Amino acid sequence: MSNSIFQHKQTAHCESGVISNLLGHQGLQISEPMAFGIGAGIFFGHLPFVKVNGVPGTTYRIWPGAIFQRVCKRLGVKMESEKFSTPEKGMLALDKVVAAGIPVGLQSSVYYLPYFPPSYRFHFNAHNLVVYGKQEDQYLVSDPVMDTVTTIDPESLAQARFAKGFPAPKGKMYYPVYVPSKVSLEKPIQEGIAQACHFMLKVPLPMFGVKGIRFLAKRVANYATNPGDRKATLYLGNIIRMQEEIGTGGAGFRFLYAAFLQEASVVLKNDQLSKLAGELTQTGDLWRNFAFAAGRVCKSRSASDVSYKELSEMLMTCAASEEAFFRKLAQVKF
Amino acid sequence: MKKEEVPQDSDNLHEGTFKQIMYAVDNSGNYVQVQSAGWEPENIAMDQAWEEVNERIKTARARVEAGEISPVAYYMEKNLMDLALLASYVGKFQWQVKRHMKPGVFKKLSPKMVQRYADAFKVSVTELLQIK
Repeated sequence: MSNSIFQHKQTAHCESGVISNLLGHQGLQISEPMAFGIGAGIFFGHLPFVKVNGVPGTTYRIWPGAIFQRVCKRLGVKMESEKFSTPEKGMLALDKVVAAGIPVGLQSSVYYLPYFPPSYRFHFNAHNLVVYGKQEDQYLVSDPVMDTVTTIDPESLAQARFAKGFPAPKGKMYYPVYVPSKVSLEKPIQEGIAQACHFMLKVPLPMFGVKGIRFLAKRVANYATNPGDRKATLYLGNIIRMQEEIGTGGAGFRFLYAAFLQEASVVLKNDQLSKLAGELTQTGDLWRNFAFAAGRVCKSRSASDVSYKELSEMLMTCAASEEAFFRKLAQVKF
Repeated sequence: MKKEEVPQDSDNLHEGTFKQIMYAVDNSGNYVQVQSAGWEPENIAMDQAWEEVNERIKTARARVEAGEISPVAYYMEKNLMDLALLASYVGKFQWQVKRHMKPGVFKKLSPKMVQRYADAFKVSVTELLQIK
């Protein structure tokens, strides 16, 4: 285990960013897009029955923690991961590992992190950050979505680590105990791509993958009557935020995944992948157009039936584009 | 999205300092990281979400003052919580928390229970009983 100073690199997404920064510290350089791709992070889901503050959930990524598990498994990294029954135990364990000079990944709520601008502090419990030291009772924090390193007081950190709700972090902390000094990326990349295609094309439920985009499109078409104008703009606003707010790298992780394919095409010396990266960039631009149009509807606070139909059609176009893209990606021969 | 097209629509929500990373393509078609100060649709959506929150807080406050609901309901909104989240913070079932939102029931709560609500909302008991 090296004791060199922790190198903070700002990334788009917290989970793939923490993986990239933690493994980089142990001498295994994996870029954020590479971590995201090997972990098959790209996804889509729309869950009208899972509501947060009355607004249905939409996601452009796989469930929290999955990218982490997959990357570790595929690269042969061994992680020590612990959860705790009380904040006291959790903070004590953190102090011990930090005192040993090991940077630790922590799952936390965003709501209790004082270094975020207040407007970003919602009860979102699946945030990840790294604590890499302690100085005069302040923890030294490398939060991958932040420009630079920062600090946090023990009380706020304990609250953030032991926030209630779903998913409850329960003080989860993790750090690598074994990192191979040399890894071959070929097979992990191929497995990551195969898994992403499977999740986007083959999940037999209407809410997920490419089917999920169409499912959302059909609902948006009826937003004028269900849930009605006022709520509809909140629903749309939430979709925009899931797609574009901090952490996605733009277009709901589509640009991040395209960056991965570009990197993968170099590693595997496969031109097809870089061509597909270009196609996904275009799909991402379609998503951005959708967000822009949806933002306009939100701003005007009401919309005609026609504009919801138009938004719905834009989503259908995104779905068609993604389906074509993932079918081609699934066919790539390595 | 091209590197030059990465939006820089800053507004006060980002407090001017907060910049996030976007992935965009440069002139030779390669992906690079670019910092973005924000984007209009995202700002609209965020504004709107906060407006909704503030509206709910205002309504709850008026209803507490009118004696229709207890301060528990007001502070729940103020802390951006929903019933499920608040219930898990105070270790009660949702229907129990709902009952505690009735002023009559709230008045008869044990000091211990009141303290638990104060802790969940990170305020003192006095602040909890008398909303500012």
